[in-house]
Amino acid sequence: MNGTHVWLAIGLTVAGCYLVKLIGLLVPAQTLERPLVQRLAALLPVALLAALTAQQTFGTGTDLVLDARVAGVAAAALALVLRAPFLVVVGAAVAVTAGARALGG
Amino acid sequence: MAEQTAHPATGQIRDDTPTGPAEGPRAAGTGGARRSDSAVVRDALGVGVAVGLSGFAFGVTSAGAGLTLLQTCALSLLVFTGASQFALVGALAGGGNPFTAAAGAFFLGTRNAFYGLRLSQLLALPGFAKPFAAQWVIDETTAVALAQPDRRSARLGFTATGLTLYVLWNLTTLLGALGAEALGDTAAWGLDAAGPAVFLALLAPMLKTTTERATAGIAVLLGLGLLPVLPAGVPVLVSALAAPAVLWFRGRRARKEETVR
Repeated sequence: MNGTHVWLAIGLTVAGCYLVKLIGLLVPAQTLERPLVQRLAALLPVALLAALTAQQTFGTGTDLVLDARVAGVAAAALALVLRAPFLVVVGAAVAVTAGARALGG
Repeated sequence: MAEQTAHPATGQIRDDTPTGPAEGPRAAGTGGARRSDSAVVRDALGVGVAVGLSGFAFGVTSAGAGLTLLQTCALSLLVFTGASQFALVGALAGGGNPFTAAAGAFFLGTRNAFYGLRLSQLLALPGFAKPFAAQWVIDETTAVALAQPDRRSARLGFTATGLTLYVLWNLTTLLGALGAEALGDTAAWGLDAAGPAVFLALLAPMLKTTTERATAGIAVLLGLGLLPVLPAGVPVLVSALAAPAVLWFRGRRARKEETVR
């Protein structure tokens, strides 16, 4: 990975994420209180998180692949259905992925 | 960050959203018994410890993605909003260019602006304090502050949660990154599954109605379908369009039903 590129991405993310936090504290309330804006703000993370979950489960670079991660993320999904705490969810994903790989998955 | 554990709380914030400004006065008002400072601090520590620990998963994921120790720690110190950090390192590991990678992280961070809006009314911070308080405006601090019965407790809850989380998140990030370097091949340990599991854990509590599920479904199709054809990092940005698309479609259907009546 190109170090300069990584630092550029970090710099942009730091600036962007700090500014949105600050904007919320500074702007007059009415600006962001419109129902449509609120609904969009609530729905945007849903779309992004869903796409990221899928891509990081099935994607390698620009290829779609089926590997041990699928078993791990399925285990995480099961843990979520069983209302397990956050750390158990992540732990299950890691352990099952490692196990599947050890078995040659 | 703590997006991770704070779902119930985050969900609560979102549920309240339609009631809007009515919230602030209730939370900051005089109603309800004063909570003791130690009860507020206990809330803060509970959330902080649970969430701070997941910084470990971030440290491991970031180091596994190929970021240096300094880069990993800089993210936790300066970005301090977990989902954005995970998204950024995932995009970089996937070969995304700095701009698309940062854009995905930025869009995930925009919800903090809406938390800031709530907190601004509730905490009534003096102007000079806002630039400092801003860095702690995240899911968990908002959840704890909004749960307090008066302004004094809300300020204490915000500060105690922010401080606990900031210290633990950065400490555990460092430990995770060091641990990953010691392990060497993080994929052999299944640690490449930690990122998607974190995202799934953040997402699950948000999928309450058909609107959210439809948005998630379309986003998954766009994200996977476009992955092989568009440059790295771009598909996830396109998939964000699922949100306005679903809202537009719902609005149109609602208007149709109006006219039918």
